[in-house]
Amino acid sequence: MPKVIVPLGPQHPALKEPGNFTLMLEGEEIVDAALRLGYNHRGIEKAAESRNFIQAMYLIERVCGICSHAHATCYVTNVENICGLELPRRAQAIRVITGELERIHSHLLWLGVAAHEIGFDTLFMYSWRDREYIMDALETLSGNRVHYSINTIGGVRRDIGKEQIEDILKKLDLVESRTNYYIKLATQEPTLHARTMGVGKLPKEEALKRDACGPLLRASGVARDVRKDDPYLLYGELDFKVITSDACDVFGRVYVRVFEILESVKILRQVLNNMPQGPVSVKMPPKVPAGESVTRYEAPRGEDIHYVKTDGGVNPSRVKLRAPTLANFESVAYMLKGDQLADAPLIIAAIDPCFSCTDRMAVVDKLSGQSQIETFKDLRLKSIEHYKRKGIDFSKL
Amino acid sequence: MAKPLAALREVFKNLFTAPSTAGYPHAKACPDAGYRARIKYTPQLCVGCQLCVKNCPANAITITLLNPQDKPITGEDGKVTPPVRKFECKIDLTRCIFCAQCVDSCFKKALCSSQEFELASADKAALTDVTKAG
Repeated sequence: MPKVIVPLGPQHPALKEPGNFTLMLEGEEIVDAALRLGYNHRGIEKAAESRNFIQAMYLIERVCGICSHAHATCYVTNVENICGLELPRRAQAIRVITGELERIHSHLLWLGVAAHEIGFDTLFMYSWRDREYIMDALETLSGNRVHYSINTIGGVRRDIGKEQIEDILKKLDLVESRTNYYIKLATQEPTLHARTMGVGKLPKEEALKRDACGPLLRASGVARDVRKDDPYLLYGELDFKVITSDACDVFGRVYVRVFEILESVKILRQVLNNMPQGPVSVKMPPKVPAGESVTRYEAPRGEDIHYVKTDGGVNPSRVKLRAPTLANFESVAYMLKGDQLADAPLIIAAIDPCFSCTDRMAVVDKLSGQSQIETFKDLRLKSIEHYKRKGIDFSKL
Repeated sequence: MAKPLAALREVFKNLFTAPSTAGYPHAKACPDAGYRARIKYTPQLCVGCQLCVKNCPANAITITLLNPQDKPITGEDGKVTPPVRKFECKIDLTRCIFCAQCVDSCFKKALCSSQEFELASADKAALTDVTKAG
């Protein structure tokens, strides 16, 4: 049978963000896959170097719309480490609350997206409706549904009141009962089984070899979670389980994420019922000393790593971030091989990809091996030239 | 155990319940009391320290002194009174990301966050909030 190459993306209805997957097909079966990134690159790391520490915090928060708290906390913890600040316990508790609420909303969002990809739109609508309870709780807690901006260097910006605690606890009861319903549904619904079981296989050895992280790695049977392995904030004192599954397929990823929602509810109840008293922030020193720091954080999608270097000036001299999707992309090409073309969107969605978090770009001359810096002006001219060759003239705009 | 159409009961139940979506814009949307939206400026409280301008992540705020030419007034008893400084604040709503960092930075509480979120306008001038003293 002749082999056919099918490009999936950069613009494709199955992808929520631009990315390119080149699939080599033999009939309906994918025999080889290659991926290409860089369609959503925004240059945030470089932009952070031209902002002061507070301005950079809001910029880093906007790396991702779903795990905005994860990125912001990771960056802020680095700056706090460099300044030698000790975070008050109440501030740590509020960061845990926001982080876990974020995890629940991210997993419910993912469940909806996965359900949509398999054509089970009823589940998609229900899980997104239930996600609204959490979004409302986040709005009450922080003042915004998406970019919470609850962090500040040295603590958090808002305290949590008694009424808010009661309100969040009530919403958690609702989310818990709905999650239990999804678990019941996932075990009974044959449509879900048919589309997810045995699809996108990633054995344990391959997952470890390809440095997968987060729910993808846990669904391949490896109990790795930064909250347990390298506890930060209050996680060392909290009682929760690391959910794993030996299924190594998309069904395992559904299992891990749905049960993680229940674990997050458990964590939230422990923290909300035993809120430490005291201040919510300490004062940031007027000058950030020279130094460097690396922080790991368990974002909803996996391990988030940030590096910050300072030189004693007003701006950070280097900010480097590794979003979990970059670690998980290596596994996608492997998982696609041997599966059907119709399963490709689901396999890609199963890692919960965030292209904008991950995108990076380097221009390297293949012959000399030298890299070069492209300015915005250069890139704009290049794109105008590219479209001119296709007969579209943007130069007058 | 596989049970086909397991979600059917839930689907029928939901057919007879009220919609979960809000009726906005026909019904009024009420954001939470702590919601961060349009920033309000009180010129009488401003001292012109420019901390909000310095910390604004979107460079959306400009604060200008309107009367730099005013000189201190010497009274009959020889007492020197500094001039009352008047400020003008321009907030570019197209740049503002509504993080309310300026509210936190202002130690005189001249800036505060409101719940006005319906900011869309066909008139470009309406997208810049200009507040002048006096």
